[in-house]
Amino acid sequence: MRKVLLGIGGLVLLVVVWELYKALGPATGVVVGDLTVLPRTTDLAMPHVWDMASRFFGETGSGRNAQPVWLAVFEASVFTLGVSAVGWLVGVTVGLLLAVLMQRFRTAESAVLPWIILSQTVPLIAIAPLVRRWGSQIEFGDFTWENWMSVAVIASYLAFFPVSIGALRGLNSPDTIHVELFRSYGVGWWRTLFRLRLPASVPYLLPALRLAAANAVIGTVVAEVSIGLRGGIGRMIIEYAQQASGDPAKTWAPIFGAIAVGLVAAGFVALLGVLLHRFRRGEVPA
Amino acid sequence: MRGQAGTLRTVLAPVLLGLGALLIWQLVIVAFEIKPFIVPGPLAIGSEFGENIGTVLQGALVTGGNALVGLVIGGVLGILFAIVAALARVVDELSAAVIAALAVVPIVALAPVLYTMFGAGAETARQLVAAIAVFIPVFINTLRGLRQVRPVHRDLMHVYAASAWQTTRTVTVPGALPFIFTGLRIASSLAVISALIAEYFGGPIGGLGKSITSAASGSNYPLAWAYVLGAIIVGLVFYCVTLAIESFATRHYKPST
Amino acid sequence: MSAASTEQSPADGLVTAAVHVTGVDKIFTGKKKATVTALEKIELTVAPGEFVSLIGPSGCGKSTLLRLIADLDTPSTGTVTVFGKTARQARIDQEYGIAFQQAGLLPWRTVSANIELPLELHGVAGPKRKARSAELLALVGLTDFAESYPDQLSGGMQQRVAIARALAESPRLLLMDEPFGALDEMTRERMQTELVRITAETGAAVVFVTHSIPEAVYLSNRVVVMSPRPGRIRDILTVSLGSAAERSDHLREDEAFFTNVSRVRELLHGEAPVGIRGVENR
Repeated sequence: MRKVLLGIGGLVLLVVVWELYKALGPATGVVVGDLTVLPRTTDLAMPHVWDMASRFFGETGSGRNAQPVWLAVFEASVFTLGVSAVGWLVGVTVGLLLAVLMQRFRTAESAVLPWIILSQTVPLIAIAPLVRRWGSQIEFGDFTWENWMSVAVIASYLAFFPVSIGALRGLNSPDTIHVELFRSYGVGWWRTLFRLRLPASVPYLLPALRLAAANAVIGTVVAEVSIGLRGGIGRMIIEYAQQASGDPAKTWAPIFGAIAVGLVAAGFVALLGVLLHRFRRGEVPA
Repeated sequence: MRGQAGTLRTVLAPVLLGLGALLIWQLVIVAFEIKPFIVPGPLAIGSEFGENIGTVLQGALVTGGNALVGLVIGGVLGILFAIVAALARVVDELSAAVIAALAVVPIVALAPVLYTMFGAGAETARQLVAAIAVFIPVFINTLRGLRQVRPVHRDLMHVYAASAWQTTRTVTVPGALPFIFTGLRIASSLAVISALIAEYFGGPIGGLGKSITSAASGSNYPLAWAYVLGAIIVGLVFYCVTLAIESFATRHYKPST
Repeated sequence: MSAASTEQSPADGLVTAAVHVTGVDKIFTGKKKATVTALEKIELTVAPGEFVSLIGPSGCGKSTLLRLIADLDTPSTGTVTVFGKTARQARIDQEYGIAFQQAGLLPWRTVSANIELPLELHGVAGPKRKARSAELLALVGLTDFAESYPDQLSGGMQQRVAIARALAESPRLLLMDEPFGALDEMTRERMQTELVRITAETGAAVVFVTHSIPEAVYLSNRVVVMSPRPGRIRDILTVSLGSAAERSDHLREDEAFFTNVSRVRELLHGEAPVGIRGVENR
């Protein structure tokens, strides 16, 4: 209970600092030489927190398609959450498969692991349009590649990395004495995998899955921005940012939406952790 | 298990895999006559990279420079804040919600608002984006490390009637060093990526992100890919340097009794 | 406590005892309100300069008792005084040095930096610290390893460093919790000889936890035999092997040594000691 209250307290503190700086700070921000060290405090640059909040209940625009902002953000958030979920599932699957491969064959680990680490230095925002172009080439039968699938691919690209690293460490984690015990029972590699290595890897897998969920959301939003995917929160962030000069408070609404999506994703993995608590008995809390 | 054969394998295997992949890539391009706008072949990218090495380097310096500033600022703040959070539970609990939110916010989302807050003419917004991206993993990993004091060391400090500050200085922080470096290593390539992504949202000319977009909009795809290659190299350099520093600083940290 | 063969501790009215434990209970409450009585009605006095071992099977509370003396834990009832002060005050005044079962060296410090750690924390100046750590390294025979790191030393060597560290501030009381437990037999015997020599030279009192009977007999003036569930002192045996200064390697082959070992063993098994048992003729 105390933790929840203090957590909320922290958010309140943040709001107080925001408003205090806005009230006391110079309009052009604190400038040292040429460099703006602290932000500008105009309503354009730093809208009041209550303006941000109230804007949620206003309309998105004045045209025929205008909705309450909160509804628009909510729908876009749900859409993004769905795409992230697909990306997460694909990334987790790929990550686990790679980890199993690397655990089985030391040569595979030596060959593949450096490339897995390298893969994360690739700027996805540049790759996203490429993926869409590739996807549009794929057509078989009734299946056509939709734009959201390109986004999910990018999300899975970010998600598979922590899972492959964490799962590998987890699969390698059982004590030598346990591995030798299974060997003395004449149990083959596959059954050892399911009976020993996978259960032993749960404490390592869960933080990796949580990181993968956050990454999947981030990857989804980045790709949505890059591809301009309709219906996603990423595109909404860009659209509203472009209208910032007229409507600065609205810019913040989809940002909060994106944060909410990330928190829901992390919460889901935490739930998963509760379900798997039997395999976490030896864990020392961080 | 290790020894000559092992080290050979560790070096040779990934290199062979990489070369093999490049070979297959080039063959596929040629065999299926794939147009550059879908994906250029490695040879084409390589030649563009070589021809434009000057501009690639310039862009790398801008993006890399922003990433470095972000890494330093975010890293220092992350470590300091983690020390405070480890010493004072209140700070930790107050900041928990804010940290959790920051950890899931796609930095891209903050880039536009940061440009309005700090002005689109300077590199500050990009450096801040990188700093925020760095702060989170460094803070989380450092905090975990600060909480990992081994019971025997904890008892030892208690027996010496050491003050909280003495304990932090002599045992907790040095003991957390491996974790701090893990965080910095994770953050290093994040810093580069974030600095690059921030360039997509505005700001002054300069930086690999800007180069990628201008090459792509000019339909010069091999050149765009060459800039992407430049970005990958910058990220790799950051990662390898932090890895080297980590290995050196933690060389005596094998688990002892 | 059986009356026949045990002896009371030396009169402690005139000199302040190094350690005085009286009426101590220690009860741990676990989850679901389950209680474990780790120690019950402990009475123990250690005279200055005396070497006392605590021995007993697992769960008899010997380590818990040591931790109470070290103020790493507090008794549920009763009092623990060290040199006439409360355990807490004694800890704050740094009246004792401690060696744990794990050497507990800080892996990022050299051997000499590890020995200097308590001196550094308590504000001793640099040159004095270095001189003291050089002195102690010579005492434990590790001068050549002053600039090495713990990960470059064997287990036995790390323990020697830990003991040197425990002696750094020349304490009048040494608390040791199975410090030789992880060592092989040969190294163990060598370390025991060293320890006896060092404590004789420094005149420190020692409370030594062990579960090796020969070790307890070799090192101590008195052996405190404890029994588990609940943790109690079953008996205290005075070891009849002369003063610490007279103890050497040859002692281990001595008939008197074996007599004492048998007496402790019998106490551990819950019978009144009757000297060397001859042929089994029960």
